[in-house]
Amino acid sequence: MRKIALALMTSVFLIGCNNDDDTQPAVVEVSVDFTFTQNWDGDPIENSDFDIPQYTNENGEMMSISKLVYLISDVTFISLSTGVTYDAGDYNLINVRDQTNLTFTPDIEIPEGDYIVSFTFGFDDEDNQDGIYQDLNSADGGWNVPMMLGGGYHYMRLEGKFIDDTGSLENYAYHTIRAADTSTDPVTLQDTSFEVGLGQITIGSSTNIEVQMNVAEWFKNPNTWDLNVLSTVLMPNFDAQIMMFENGSTFSNSQGAFSLGSVTQ
Amino acid sequence: MKRSLAYIFICGLMFVSCADDQDDNVNGYTATPLELEIPPLFAEKILPPVIPEDNPQTVEGVALGRKLFFDKKLSADNTLACAGCHSQANAFTDPRQFSIGIDGIAGTRNSMPLFNVAWNYNELFFWDGRATSVENQALAPVTDPIEMHNTWSQVATTLQSDARYPVMFEDAFGTQSIDSVLVTKAIAQFIRTLISGNSKFDRYLAGTEELSPSELSGLNIFLDENRGDCFHCHGNPNNPLWTDNIFHNNGLDEFHEDRGRGGVTGDPREFGTFKTPSLRNLEYTAPYMHDGRFATIDEVINHYSEGLVYSETIDPLMKKVDEGGVGLTPEEKADLKAFLLTLSDPEFISNPDFQDPN
Ligand code: HEC
Ligand code: HEC
Repeated sequence: MRKIALALMTSVFLIGCNNDDDTQPAVVEVSVDFTFTQNWDGDPIENSDFDIPQYTNENGEMMSISKLVYLISDVTFISLSTGVTYDAGDYNLINVRDQTNLTFTPDIEIPEGDYIVSFTFGFDDEDNQDGIYQDLNSADGGWNVPMMLGGGYHYMRLEGKFIDDTGSLENYAYHTIRAADTSTDPVTLQDTSFEVGLGQITIGSSTNIEVQMNVAEWFKNPNTWDLNVLSTVLMPNFDAQIMMFENGSTFSNSQGAFSLGSVTQ
Repeated sequence: MKRSLAYIFICGLMFVSCADDQDDNVNGYTATPLELEIPPLFAEKILPPVIPEDNPQTVEGVALGRKLFFDKKLSADNTLACAGCHSQANAFTDPRQFSIGIDGIAGTRNSMPLFNVAWNYNELFFWDGRATSVENQALAPVTDPIEMHNTWSQVATTLQSDARYPVMFEDAFGTQSIDSVLVTKAIAQFIRTLISGNSKFDRYLAGTEELSPSELSGLNIFLDENRGDCFHCHGNPNNPLWTDNIFHNNGLDEFHEDRGRGGVTGDPREFGTFKTPSLRNLEYTAPYMHDGRFATIDEVINHYSEGLVYSETIDPLMKKVDEGGVGLTPEEKADLKAFLLTLSDPEFISNPDFQDPN
C-alpha cells in the first residue's frame, strides 16, 4: 500500500510538472468506449430472450440460446492523418446473458482524429498462449482450451437447444477455438481468430462505438449450418472450426457476424 | 494554484493510505494482520481471493472464528457446532446424506465441503447461491430451525457470559460487545483459511510428481468433449478450483421438487439448477450431489455416462441425453475415477490449524 501511495504521489508530482511547463499546444489524448450489442437478424438479444426456442436458423431449425460468451482482443486504431497504429493489446470477455463487460474501454489513449478501427475476434496466435491470463483462467470455470487441442483459450461459447429433424429437442454447443487437427502428431493448429474491420471512425473526446453481433450469421454464410449434423463435440472438429471461422468472418465476401452500429460523440 | 492542488492530492492520498491500513474496528483498534497462505499454483493461475474490505484476515479473528466454528454453544441446546455438519475428516462436509439438526429433524440437502471458498468470485453460497457472502452465509445455520435452532440474541448472551469470549472479541475486533455481525465475521475469517491446494495433481502440475498412465488417461477423458467433457463446468488444469461456481442442471431428475437456484430467483429457466461443486477431495466428501443421492464416485460417473435424465432446464453440455449419456467403457470409467482421486489433499484433512481448539 505504501508503495502504491508513493507511486501515486510521484505521478501526481509528474503531472504537476507537466502542466507547469506546457509551452506548445497540447495534443488531447482520449480513450474510446465500445458497446457490444447482439441480435438475431436485427432482433436484439436480451437476458429475457435466453432459453426460449424462438430463432429459426438458415437451415430451418428452431433454436434457443442459453449461453453466449465471447472474447475480443487487440482493438486497433490507425490514424488517417499520421499513419500511426495504436494497438491497445488488451482483451474483453463479453457475457451476454449475465450482461457483463458489454461496455469496454481499451487501455489506450489516442489523439483525437480520424481512424480506421478494427479488433480481433478471439485471440490471434500471438496472444493465444496457454494459461497466461489469470482473469480468463478464473472466468466461467476456466475459459481455457485443453492442451490436447493445443491449449490457449476459447473464442466463443454459444450454447442452447434446437429442434432436430425428428422433432425432438437436442442440445448444441457451438464453441469456437483455434482449429486443431488431432489426427496428426504433433497436433496441427490453425489460427481461426479474425480481424473485424469497423471502417473509418472519427474519434473525439467522448466517442462510443457500438459493435453489433448478428448471431444468425454464425449459421448462415457461406456455410449453411446443419445442427442435425454439427451440434456438439465441435472443439476437436477441425473442419467445423474452419466453417465457423468462415461464417463469423467476412470470408469470401460473406456478411460476417460483426458490424458497426451507432457511433456517438 | 496547481501546486496547492497537488498538495491536496497528496494529503488525500496519505489519508487514504492510512485509512487502508486500519481495520474496520471499533475505536480504531487494530488486530494483527494475517495473510492467507495462497498455494503457489493459485497465485500463478487465478485471480486473488475475495476478502471483504470490512473484514480483513487477522490472527485474533481467525483464532476466534475457529473456536466459534467448533463450539456447540452456538446451538440452542449446546449440542451442535458448525463442525457437527462440517467435519474436517470429510473436507468439512457431512458424511450423512442429510444432516440432522438439534431437534432431530433432517434437512433436505447434503452438507457442503468447505475449502477455497474465498475464491468463489461470484460470492454466491449454498447449493442455490442464496447467501451473498461467507459472512451472510454464517448467519443462517444458527437460526435455522432444523439446524442450530437458536436466536442471535441468545447466542450473544451465551457468549457474553463466557469467561473467554469477551476478551477474544476484544482482541479480534476491539470491543467486548458481542453480536451476530462480529460472530459471523470471525467465523468467515476462519473459513477463508480453509485452503486446499496440495493434491497429487497439484504436485504433478508443479513437476514434482508423476501421474500413472491410468490417471493421465482419466485426465484426457475429463477434458475430451467426445467422452467426459467435464471441464466446461468443473474446470481444467489452469483453474485449480475445479469448479465454475455457476448453477447448472446436470440431468439428475425429470421433475424438480427442489428448485435449487430457481427457488431463489423465481426464474423458471433456473429451476433444478445447483451450484457446481469442486471436484477436489471427493475421496472424503461422499455422498454426492445436492441431495447426497450418490454414495460413491462410481455412481456419479455412471450417472454422467448413462443415467442422464431430460428436463427443460438441462444444461446444453449434457450430451446424448436420450441415450442417458455418452456411454463410457468400464476402462474409461476406471481411468476417470483414478484421475478424480488425484485431486485429494490428505494434508488438508489432517492440518492441525483446522482442528478443534476447544
Ligand atoms: C445441521 C447441519 C449444519 C450445521 C449445524 C451447519 N451447517 Fe453449514 N451447511 C449445511 C448444509 C446442509 C449446507 C447446504 C445447505 C443448502 O445449500 O441449502 C451447508 C452449507 C454451508 C456453507 C456453504 C458452502 C458453499 O460453498 O456454498 C457454508 C459456508 C457453511 N455451511 C458454513 C457453516 C457454518 C459457519 C456453520 C455454523 C455457524 C454451519 N455451516 C452449520 C449443514 C450444516
Ligand atoms: C453442465 C455442467 C457440468 C458438467 C459438464 C459436469 N458436471 Fe459434475 N456437477 C455439475 C453440477 C451442477 C453438480 C451438482 C448437481 C446437483 O447436486 O444437483 C455436479 C456434481 C458433480 C459431482 C458431485 C460432487 C459433490 O461434491 O457432490 C461430481 C463428482 C461430478 N459432478 C463430476 C463430474 C464429472 C466426472 C463430469 C464429466 C463426466 C461432470 N461432473 C460434468 C455440473 C457439471
